[in-house]
Amino acid sequence: MIFADALAWLFDPVNWSGSKGIPVRIGVHLLYCLGAVLGASAIAVPLGLFVGHTGRGGTFLVGGSNALRALPTLGLVTFLYLIAGGGTGPVLVALIVLAVPPILAGTYAGIQDVDRGVVDAARGMGMTGGQVLWRVELPNALPLLIGGLRNATLQVVATASVAAYVGIETLGRPLLDGLRVLDYGQFVGGAVLIALVAVALDLLLAGGQKVVVPRGLRLTGQPTGPKKGKRSQKLVATAAQPDSGGSTA
Amino acid sequence: MGDLGKYLGDAGTRGLIWDMLLEHVYLSLLPLVISVLLAVVLGWVCHRYGWFRGALLGTANIVYTVPSLALFAIIPAVIGTQVLDINNVVIALTVYTTALLTRPVSDALDAVPAHVTAAATAMGFRPLRRFLTVELPLAVPVLFAGLRVGSVSNISLVSVGALIGTGGLGVLFTDGFRSRYLAPIVVGIVLTLLLALLVDVLLVALRQWLTPWNNLRGVKP
Repeated sequence: MIFADALAWLFDPVNWSGSKGIPVRIGVHLLYCLGAVLGASAIAVPLGLFVGHTGRGGTFLVGGSNALRALPTLGLVTFLYLIAGGGTGPVLVALIVLAVPPILAGTYAGIQDVDRGVVDAARGMGMTGGQVLWRVELPNALPLLIGGLRNATLQVVATASVAAYVGIETLGRPLLDGLRVLDYGQFVGGAVLIALVAVALDLLLAGGQKVVVPRGLRLTGQPTGPKKGKRSQKLVATAAQPDSGGSTA
Repeated sequence: MGDLGKYLGDAGTRGLIWDMLLEHVYLSLLPLVISVLLAVVLGWVCHRYGWFRGALLGTANIVYTVPSLALFAIIPAVIGTQVLDINNVVIALTVYTTALLTRPVSDALDAVPAHVTAAATAMGFRPLRRFLTVELPLAVPVLFAGLRVGSVSNISLVSVGALIGTGGLGVLFTDGFRSRYLAPIVVGIVLTLLLALLVDVLLVALRQWLTPWNNLRGVKP
């Protein structure tokens, strides 16, 4: 019953046009998410690379990013919003704060996970520290790094919906409005829309994760050296599973 | 700071916060308990019947991708509960935690060495007893690693429920926002973090109690 109403809401052309239409909402939602993931990457990737490469501060970093995971998203959003006295800036800051830990964890784990033998071989060939980082460690870390980006995106997509509560025009808005005026078709329709956008984005990034695996590590099913193949499979599998450091908001 | 003292100085407010805290514990930990049972069963099914594994874990991955606010709203539409029913949050968090735990449990069962199960069988253990007393205990460390992630994320997710009527400490955030008052929001964040920390410490203690053989550090067999 309620699903029929939800479908009716989803397919009503009125809801797809104008400045409060679904396409605009999706656009605003994705812009927030893109901004947050880019902003968080600018902080977390260099930091993760540094800590992973030098091995300094690893324990502190892992502990800190775990603690951040316990931070309630709604609390953070309302807190920053009230402190800053409104506007869209605090919401973006909240999204960035929540996106940093998964990217940091992914980057750090990616670098840590690179076979020590490979790194030693690179050094033995006379590569400098920078060359080892850029030409050996980073390419090998990419699958887990993208896994971190994937988790961060999930977190940010979810939180951006919640942030509609403080008044920004994201995809959470139809859902919350629907609840306020007791229009359950719109309530559930809005929820379905959020779910679809989240799943579609995740699939897109999962595809990206497969593409960035360095050719030498790619598992193709052809016998290109069993050890390498197995390793890459393990890397991709750990990065793709839900417990690799994500929590949806 | 003075605001915070004034806010917490009122006995009535403290009583309300205590009730919210209890509701928060209920809403976040009940799903944890249910999903351990579900994940053990589903993990066993994945371990035992390989063809089931891909389908089940694929579904788990997709479900895990759905944002909590959306899942809270979709649950009543799927199972026909009231929109503001407290059980929606419990069910949604159970779904997440089960999705999170099933893969590690199944992997851990796969990793039990064949000679161990063979030895148990040779000693006359029937499959059920062997599962409960040999294979499952060996999977406990992995299960608890998943549980720790699940408990932290559940405790932080419950607050989102405040937007749809049941949110434990999350109500402090919506109240604070509506009245433009920071004190309840700060109290809510701090209590959530403390609760997450406390539950994590308890889970670690419980794991050590359940797997005494892992605590014998430095003693090599």
